[in-house]
Amino acid sequence: MTEYALILLSTILVNNFVLVKFLGLCPFMGVSRKLETAMGMALATTFVLTLSSVCSYLVNEYILVPLGLEYMRTIMFILVIAVVVQFTEMVVHKTSPLLYNVLGIFLPLITTNCAVLGVALLNTQQQHGFLQSLFYGFGAAVGFSLVLILFSALRERITVADVPEAFQGTSIALITAGIMSLAFMGFAGLIKI
Amino acid sequence: MVIVIITLAVVAGIFGLILGYSAIRFKVEGDPVVDKIDALLPQTQCGQCTYAGCRPYAEAIAKGEADINQCPPGGEATIIALADLLDVEVKPLNAAHGEEKACPTIVRIDEQTCIGCTLCIQACPVDAILGAAKHMHTVIESECTGCNLCIPPCPVDCIHIFEVKPTIRNWVAELPDVDYVAPSAA
Repeated sequence: MTEYALILLSTILVNNFVLVKFLGLCPFMGVSRKLETAMGMALATTFVLTLSSVCSYLVNEYILVPLGLEYMRTIMFILVIAVVVQFTEMVVHKTSPLLYNVLGIFLPLITTNCAVLGVALLNTQQQHGFLQSLFYGFGAAVGFSLVLILFSALRERITVADVPEAFQGTSIALITAGIMSLAFMGFAGLIKI
Repeated sequence: MVIVIITLAVVAGIFGLILGYSAIRFKVEGDPVVDKIDALLPQTQCGQCTYAGCRPYAEAIAKGEADINQCPPGGEATIIALADLLDVEVKPLNAAHGEEKACPTIVRIDEQTCIGCTLCIQACPVDAILGAAKHMHTVIESECTGCNLCIPPCPVDCIHIFEVKPTIRNWVAELPDVDYVAPSAA
């Protein structure tokens, strides 16, 4: 049990995918302009990341390893992620039109989110089991959501702040992200895993 | 090499089958009948049917809450088309909602009398009136649907109804022996 708690803590704070591993930066910068869209993106990513983490573990364990095709991982995982995203979109559209309206355009965007592929590849690299993969994916997603929502709240305030002309727009956003990253580095001493 | 190709093809094929099946299984039906009814309505947004506009009226008809004879601007032609679409009996227009106009109309503002009160702008459902407070208003005639909703609020009665006479630009020949509804001059 402690092991899973440690995986969660590690992926959310210590090895945060966005601010420490620098994965998934494009949605981090792209949809963080408004808090509402950031929440939609966070929700969609959480769902897809957890599911694709488990699915890619299954594909790796029961298809690639027995056939000795481990070197095909990347392309296979991309395939799995694309299918999971498509499937999620269909099911959400059918079961909950409200959620579909909230997630809407963010679902297809996740296909190209490198954090999703990163989680799948890191799972195999660190030889995680089924439950470990599940928690690793979920923790990564929660970490991503946390940082994305924090960052978008910051950016909403920055837009009304009196920023020097040279730093306006994306520059101040990148500087903010850098400072946030520094703050998250502070968690590095929390646990060793 | 061959085993790689076969594996990828098989896995991709299975995924394709799953997605194809779920596309059928989780198909989302819209409500196409509302769109069809809405297409038959004249889109004057006049509210004489007691609904806020043509689309809400179409939804009410589709749900069975409203009758098909509540649309004076569409008149008999619309009622016949709706009865045909929904496979119900043709009824005469419900007089409680108004009378059918013999000829499409638009309104014009007598600009000498207009005091620029903006009341007609607020009443117009299609934003066809242009003007600002204490400035002269005017009607964009190509946008006016002839719903006459702007006439009651006008405090100086400067809005008048004009019939749209077919001109060489908007005249449409009526085809003989064909079920053809002339487009209402908007």
